[in-house]
Amino acid sequence: MRNKAYFKKQMADAVAYLVLIIFAVIAVYPVLQVLSISLRPGDRLLSTSLAIIPEDATFAAYKELFTGRPFLLWMRNSILISFVVTATGVILAALAGYAFSRFKFRGKNFGLLSLLVTQMFPATMLLLPMYIMLVKVGLINTFLGVIIIYSSTALPFCIWTMKGYYDTIPASLEEAARIDGCTQFAAFYKVVIPLAAPALVIVALFSFMTAWAEYVVAAQVLQDTGLWTLPVGLQTFQANMSTEWGLYAAASLIVSIPVVVLFLALSKFLISGLTLGSVKG
Amino acid sequence: MLENNRKLFPYILILPAALVMIGVVFYPFIYNVVLSFSNMSLRNFREWQIIGLDQYYKVFFEPSEPSFYTIFLKTMIWTVANVTFHVVIGVMLAMMLNRQIKGKSVFRTLLILPWAIPQYIVALTWRGMFNYEYGSINLIITKYLGLPAVEWLRSPTEAFLAVILTNIWLGFPFMMVIALGGLQSISHEFYEAADIDGASAWQKFKNITIPLLRPVMIPAITLGIIWTFNNINVIWLVTNGGEPADQTHILVSYVYRAAFGLYRYGYAAALSMVIFFILLIFSLTFMKKTQATKAAY
Repeated sequence: MRNKAYFKKQMADAVAYLVLIIFAVIAVYPVLQVLSISLRPGDRLLSTSLAIIPEDATFAAYKELFTGRPFLLWMRNSILISFVVTATGVILAALAGYAFSRFKFRGKNFGLLSLLVTQMFPATMLLLPMYIMLVKVGLINTFLGVIIIYSSTALPFCIWTMKGYYDTIPASLEEAARIDGCTQFAAFYKVVIPLAAPALVIVALFSFMTAWAEYVVAAQVLQDTGLWTLPVGLQTFQANMSTEWGLYAAASLIVSIPVVVLFLALSKFLISGLTLGSVKG
Repeated sequence: MLENNRKLFPYILILPAALVMIGVVFYPFIYNVVLSFSNMSLRNFREWQIIGLDQYYKVFFEPSEPSFYTIFLKTMIWTVANVTFHVVIGVMLAMMLNRQIKGKSVFRTLLILPWAIPQYIVALTWRGMFNYEYGSINLIITKYLGLPAVEWLRSPTEAFLAVILTNIWLGFPFMMVIALGGLQSISHEFYEAADIDGASAWQKFKNITIPLLRPVMIPAITLGIIWTFNNINVIWLVTNGGEPADQTHILVSYVYRAAFGLYRYGYAAALSMVIFFILLIFSLTFMKKTQATKAAY
């Protein structure tokens, strides 16, 4: 009887491993594929080989990317835009989320619900009027134009996340600080903000990803090649008649690595932050 | 003084976010409503006027190739197929990861990978992998499975299937992560009690796992449906803007094309409104039926 149960558990574990291994391979394969193409020598880009490390592996594509293409310029543009968007997003969400979590005020439910409704807007619903507005006020082809749009994209999600996290921090902590003579705002940024660090990290990551990986808006607003961000630049390697596979692959690895590392390092926070908002009643 | 301050303080906190939302979300929204009743296009960019419900009439009745109803049907297939596979694969993997096995964190890290990579890179990479002659998917199909190569991006059905496969790949980790969080919060005592009663694995799954996972998954599924319905990146980049011949559009990519490819601003604005109301009505019914907001509040 015991043996049978033991055997059953062994079988179930084996099945679990098998499924996990299959899906892990599926998850990793495209990444290895990109790595492989980025290392191929120029005359063997269109190869029918399935080997991961190609024969005569070379870093030529990487070299061309940094020396022969405006890759560094696109990267500078993307970094600049992403940092401004992240800073704005974190500050706005930290403040607004706190109000929604701690205070009763007129328009609170309406505000929270409106934030939820904005998630249902199709991308073009705001993009088209924004585009026409930007043309009319002369912000087309400027970083400010995309920064304004990006700041609002992730904001609803960020505010909800911050609100959910503040809800788990007991209000008695601020009350104690107030009794010690802190002002309302000091109690907020000296006591609550440090405790909300995990949520702030998630919000920062989300805001950053919005700006770092956005293609559709950037493609319409930034028409001047000197202003292009990484996604717009990378797309040109791929969409033309002659796809520049090597450059595309090398560039996408360089673009992805920092985000992926950040994402994986923070995935613990991410899991608790995302489930927290939905689990608590 | 203090009383006053307490009333004013939340408004001060919200003010910056509210200004951004009003300027960048609500004002454009109203503007979009106005545009949807107008004849604005590239030709009538400065001298546009309100023309009533014409654009809405065009959305539903203008004979176009492909028609609104075909695209709507494709959008439904796209959303249902994606979210179903996301949830099924996600929950299955989460259950595997929730067991006492070695190398758990390694598997978890590898499996989150598709979510961590920027979406546009995923889309463009898969576009390359679906290439007829040199893409690795056809190479695997022909070399290892001995089957004929598939015309992935050249014929409408296969292209649509290719986009769905891509999106399933990049979407399952989100559901897996959510489900894992939910599973970890289920107490072992339930399962131990069920074991004592001699319940089968299926009975335990049906009567313990599903009901206790439900409150965690429902809000995630709601969000997942809205995000998938509205996901323009993947479909646009994998099919290079609806190729072949605009046969692989879902509603959001079609409206993007109407606005920025054909410059039919009024029409695009009306179609955007229609999409928004479809989503709004769906979400409200879904949330009411499943009481998703109960957990969210």
